[in-house]
Amino acid sequence: MKKTVVALAIMGFGLSAAQAQEMVVKLGSVAPLTGTISHLGKDNENGAKLAVEDANAKGITIGGKKVKFELMGEDDQADPRTGTTVAQRLVDASVKGVIGHLNSGTTIPASRIYNQAGVPMISPSATNPTLTRQGYKGVFRTIANDVQQGGVLGKFIAGPLAAKTVAIIDDRTSYGQGLADETEKAVKAAGGKIVAREFTNDKATDFNAILTKIRGAKPDVIFFGGMDAQAGPMLRQLKQLGVDTKFVTGDGGCSPEMIKLAGEAIGENAYCSMAGLPLEKMPGGTEFRNRYKARFNMDVQIYSPYAYDAAMAMIKAMQAANSVEPAKYLPELKKSNFQGVTGTVAFDDIGDIKDGAVTMYQFKGGSWAAM
Amino acid sequence: MEIFLQQLVNGLVVGSVYALVALGYTMVYGILGLINFAHGDLVMVGALTALQTMMFLMGVAPGMSPVAMLTLSLLVAIPVCMLLGFTMERLAYRRLRNAPRLAPLITAIGVSFLLQTLAMIIWGRNYHTFPQLISTTPVQPIEGVFVTPIQITIVIASAIIMAALILLVTKTKLGRAMRATAENHRVAALMGVDTNMIIALTFVIGAALAAIAGVMYASNYGIAHYGMGFMPGLKAFTAAVLGGIGNLGGAMLGGVVLGLVESFGAGYIEQMTFGFLNSSYQDIFAFIILGLVLIFKPTGLLGERVSDRA
Repeated sequence: MKKTVVALAIMGFGLSAAQAQEMVVKLGSVAPLTGTISHLGKDNENGAKLAVEDANAKGITIGGKKVKFELMGEDDQADPRTGTTVAQRLVDASVKGVIGHLNSGTTIPASRIYNQAGVPMISPSATNPTLTRQGYKGVFRTIANDVQQGGVLGKFIAGPLAAKTVAIIDDRTSYGQGLADETEKAVKAAGGKIVAREFTNDKATDFNAILTKIRGAKPDVIFFGGMDAQAGPMLRQLKQLGVDTKFVTGDGGCSPEMIKLAGEAIGENAYCSMAGLPLEKMPGGTEFRNRYKARFNMDVQIYSPYAYDAAMAMIKAMQAANSVEPAKYLPELKKSNFQGVTGTVAFDDIGDIKDGAVTMYQFKGGSWAAM
Repeated sequence: MEIFLQQLVNGLVVGSVYALVALGYTMVYGILGLINFAHGDLVMVGALTALQTMMFLMGVAPGMSPVAMLTLSLLVAIPVCMLLGFTMERLAYRRLRNAPRLAPLITAIGVSFLLQTLAMIIWGRNYHTFPQLISTTPVQPIEGVFVTPIQITIVIASAIIMAALILLVTKTKLGRAMRATAENHRVAALMGVDTNMIIALTFVIGAALAAIAGVMYASNYGIAHYGMGFMPGLKAFTAAVLGGIGNLGGAMLGGVVLGLVESFGAGYIEQMTFGFLNSSYQDIFAFIILGLVLIFKPTGLLGERVSDRA
């Protein structure tokens, strides 16, 4: 009788020892996996997945236990309401951190839910400045925001384009206005002069009146903060008004759609900016591209390197804090400073990436070419 | 000076399109006292139908001359819009002819939503490039003033169409019947006028004008999409009220005045207010003018001359 008890005790002890050896830690990944930008969504998820698999292969020990990371991939359909639903689902499944979401529009409402539950999140692709300005402690992003983008745009206009006089137009949306304001600040800081500040709206098609006025001001560069649906027709009308000034716009106009809508009116005097670096310019870009291709049998779209770095930042913070509990590893996450695929990953006070990269593109040979 | 003249050109072109669309609003209002809010969406249907026809023609006869292609696409777009205008009146508005005035107004808003949603289902949410079959390469009649052939076409075509419409209303038997129906459709019916037919015809003619305006608008800007009729529709309605709703000459005048006010407003508002207001007040400027006109002359610029409204 005694023997059995001892045997049981030993068995029990052995079992708990085995449990102590391996601990499963769930991380969430959210992006639109269906719909028109599902290819970008899957790309983000793959980036995070690669990071998790790398960490598991290394065999990380946290708090004396061997850790196995598991990635829970969710689909937010790029829809704000679905975004909050899946955010709640992840919180209920007690994930220790979230990589996502993809769009600013879904990330901002979802961030509230993660904040309430105390789950840290890192978006690899949402650029709206509001995200990190809500006062939430656990919100980060690994990509440059629109303020940083405006700064780069301003420097580009005053520097490489050597513009002394600049005309700025925005579409009065929070994106367009924000980007135009930041660009204006940066142009002024670099010694440029704003000779015209004009406005339109995101439903307008006729810009002749404001463009005529701008023509009278004879600027070296025209900047437009807004989307491709306005920027395309705007280029056409500039041409019809006999203006061939350099035209610069932000990521809203940095699309193939823009090229289609501008038709014959687009030329090599058109420039645009995008948050992030092209893959070949990232420190770990080439290696990442090859490993990604070998693992998923497809090419990197845009943001997967940022998703990889986001997941890595989380895992490294857990190691540094020697805990997977959000409250414990969050201070370490704030202090992140390591060389990732996309460059140095370090956050500022509110959770934005420090020195976020922005790339300028020029229209060349029928498409946007990185400069 | 060339900036001033350029703004004049800009204003005239936009104003001509507004005027053409405003005629449709004002005709229907003149005869029924109904503001057909779906009228702006006929502009959109006209443009997108023409686009669809052009795509088809480019597929089957790529060598076709631009003028022939434009004419053929208009010959498809105009009847489609006419049919739509007729259907609208027959199904939605005729039953409400004796209902309180609010009922047809709200129905009109509903029809507008219906048309936009249907167009979104058929043609998708994306902006489409509209082939600019009439050249958009600018010429300079005066140094520094750029005018494109399409813009000249728009102004001339609008003027001809408007003149033709005035002749139709004032000189023909049909026009007399329209004026009689506008004045009092019961008495007109007693005099042997088929008022149902006249009202239907008014919608059909208005729809044809909207189709032409749609094709011109899309050709000028080179784009088309399912929501493109909303803003020009709203502006044309404003133009009709500005000129005196129910009055044909007023709609034209209102359209051109509104176009010019917008253009000069955006161009000079900053100087005029010493930098206090800027071009984001472009639309507000147009509506201030409208408000002022209505305060001092509630019937609009040319008044509502009941005797010849149609």
